[in-house]
Amino acid sequence: MERPALPCDEMYTADGHVRPHYAVYADWLTRQADDTLRRKRAEADSLFHRVGITFAVYGEQDGNERLIPFDIVPRILSAEEWRRLADGLRQRVRALNAFIGDIYHGQEILAAGLLTPEQVFCNPQYRPEMQGMDVPGGIYAHIAGIDVVRAGAGEFYVLEDNLRVPSGVSYMLEDRKMMMRLFPELFSLNRVAPVEHYPDRLLENLASVAPAGVADPTVVVLTPGAHNSAYFEHAFLAQQMGVELVEGQDLIVRDGFVYMRTTQGPRRVDVIYRRIDDDFVDPLVFRPDSVLGVPGLMAAYRAGRVTVANALGTGIADDKSIYPYVPEMIRFYLGEAPLLENVPTRILRRKDDLAYALAHLDELVVKEVHGSGGYGMLVGPAASEAELEDFRLRILAAPEKYIAQPTLALSTCPTFVEQGVAPRHIDLRPFVLSGREVTIVPGGLTRVALRAGSLVVNSSQGGGTKDTWVLES
Amino acid sequence: MLSRTADHVYWLGRYAERAEEIARTLDVQYRLSLLPHERSSDSVGWAIVLRTLGLEAAYAGRHERLEPHRVLDFLAFDADNPSSILSCLRAARENARAVRGAISSEMWETFNSTWLEARAQAPSRFTALNVAEFVDWVKYRAHLARGVVLASMLRDEGYHFMQIGTFLERTDSVARLLLIRIACEAAASENGAVAHDYYPWSVLLRGLSAFESFRRVSRDSVRPQRVMEFVILHRDVPRSIYRSANLVYENLQAVANAQSGETERRAGLLHAELRFGTMATLAPRGDERFLRDLLARTADLSDRIGRDFLGHVA
Repeated sequence: MERPALPCDEMYTADGHVRPHYAVYADWLTRQADDTLRRKRAEADSLFHRVGITFAVYGEQDGNERLIPFDIVPRILSAEEWRRLADGLRQRVRALNAFIGDIYHGQEILAAGLLTPEQVFCNPQYRPEMQGMDVPGGIYAHIAGIDVVRAGAGEFYVLEDNLRVPSGVSYMLEDRKMMMRLFPELFSLNRVAPVEHYPDRLLENLASVAPAGVADPTVVVLTPGAHNSAYFEHAFLAQQMGVELVEGQDLIVRDGFVYMRTTQGPRRVDVIYRRIDDDFVDPLVFRPDSVLGVPGLMAAYRAGRVTVANALGTGIADDKSIYPYVPEMIRFYLGEAPLLENVPTRILRRKDDLAYALAHLDELVVKEVHGSGGYGMLVGPAASEAELEDFRLRILAAPEKYIAQPTLALSTCPTFVEQGVAPRHIDLRPFVLSGREVTIVPGGLTRVALRAGSLVVNSSQGGGTKDTWVLES
Repeated sequence: MLSRTADHVYWLGRYAERAEEIARTLDVQYRLSLLPHERSSDSVGWAIVLRTLGLEAAYAGRHERLEPHRVLDFLAFDADNPSSILSCLRAARENARAVRGAISSEMWETFNSTWLEARAQAPSRFTALNVAEFVDWVKYRAHLARGVVLASMLRDEGYHFMQIGTFLERTDSVARLLLIRIACEAAASENGAVAHDYYPWSVLLRGLSAFESFRRVSRDSVRPQRVMEFVILHRDVPRSIYRSANLVYENLQAVANAQSGETERRAGLLHAELRFGTMATLAPRGDERFLRDLLARTADLSDRIGRDFLGHVA
């Protein structure tokens, strides 16, 4: 079987030269002893424990909160690379918001025949409760995490749009804080674009979509609670924005408005940055057994008395079955050529795509359209005969449930592992904020697959994180 | 402030204080057990400690015999004893974690690392040989936390609720420490032991970090009634009951709401009695009776605060 082409490396060109934007860092790195790096990494671990930047592992005692491994070698993007990427991301998120608005209003994209009604209305992510409802500024995905990879000679590809409750931004901020603490000298050697103002931007963004007529909106962060695996991030963002971190039990709906229970009685809430899934938001409308949500919230939301961010029903735009159509959306809604490419995707509900996929299963990555987190996925080149056969049967049984993509040679970045500095595959999740305008803090969260050769960067499957630098020119 | 948040900071204050108070109680009793004339009544003393802290049944459920080293372990490290020092440090940390967004980062990090260190060292750290070392460690972590709170926490409602929790707990604990002393004295006189007032009462003062203060202020020898009065009524002693009650009242005033009038009145009354009373007027039926009433009033205030502010249901 043919191996995918050698991946490109973020630091080195194919002939082994250091890329210009890595020059200063690479020079510094050669002067560091492994022992020093090892000591710095241990220091980082103990600091992360002390600060409690941990995620809870379900079913384990609270003593066993885990760290997401942090790598001390940063991932660096040049100003030019970032400019191209950021332009593409802004464009993409504008189109995605336009698409969601269209689906829940006039559905012009269906009239134009780009998607079939069945693709939308039979999708479990479509929320009929949102149909015909106006949201402030027409914004649905206020916070978007767009997963980007580099392949081939270093071109950017969008791998996935996360438009429901994307997480990870706290790691972006904490990784930077950690790097500045461990290696302050690096920041005087390099002009690294700061990211610390993200919470400020986020608050501004959330306040900008408050219900009309609210002069000084009260924003809250809604968390499922301290046992959720992303609780640290919820608490962190609430603290950094200086707003209340609430649980469902803290909110009540009275006379059509949402209030929080305070020591001084009920207080109006105008914007809810919710970090719980659609299904749990309101037991009167969605899952009746949910204790995480707020009974009556949906009615208040529909009446325009509170803004929920992200809006409900955004999943219709980040579902893998819809993903292949995003470039078309950009042309359709914005009349522009897409600046960022999708990974070429075969849609197995199409006959010829299905035939191709079945013939080339051992070269492809096959994904369930409604799966996430790296589950329900086949990586052809890494799979055994039995696994291939099993997936073949599953695909044949319901081809519309799957898409297939070539196995990308994801770019690598030098990473400090047990054996020293070695290349490991990475991706990037920039966070795009949409409100009155669309903004992105330079960089994002770089995730790294710490096992040699592994392409899976998810933290649930052994991935780590890196600080991401965008150099200012 | 969210009622739930206020509830967590209130309990953060209580548990952090309780960890320290248990350490101090343990310290006092351990030092006493080293005094020659008290040695025979060693296990009697520990039984009194357990009884006064309301932990007699819990201990009996864990151990058949009353042995000093087991009691020490039970009070310091037993994870199944919710009032052990380790459990209190953990509860403080869990409450801090639940509201880490509403307190300062330094506070959270302090309570978190105290718990991590305590947990890491707990099984190996503690033998009868290093009780003092452990107690000192707990005290210094408590001093550190106090400093961090003082220097970094916003003086908002959360601060006041944390102070209320801290000083209600301290009122309760210091009263219990005095009750333990009273009970030990009674037990000793039954045994016909010669009373050496100086030693047990000076150990008590040291346990409250108040020995030097007592010397400077009272210019008198260490006599039970003088110490009792000093610990209960003195305005300038950081751990005196008067001072704790005063701080409960002050902080309660700062968070008053539409329904808290009666609670405020009761806290104010307690404060006024201690402020203007003498031991003769406060404890006409004896110190023990007075201290027991004090515990009941502290519990009443805690219940009322829960209902008035923290969303507890009556």
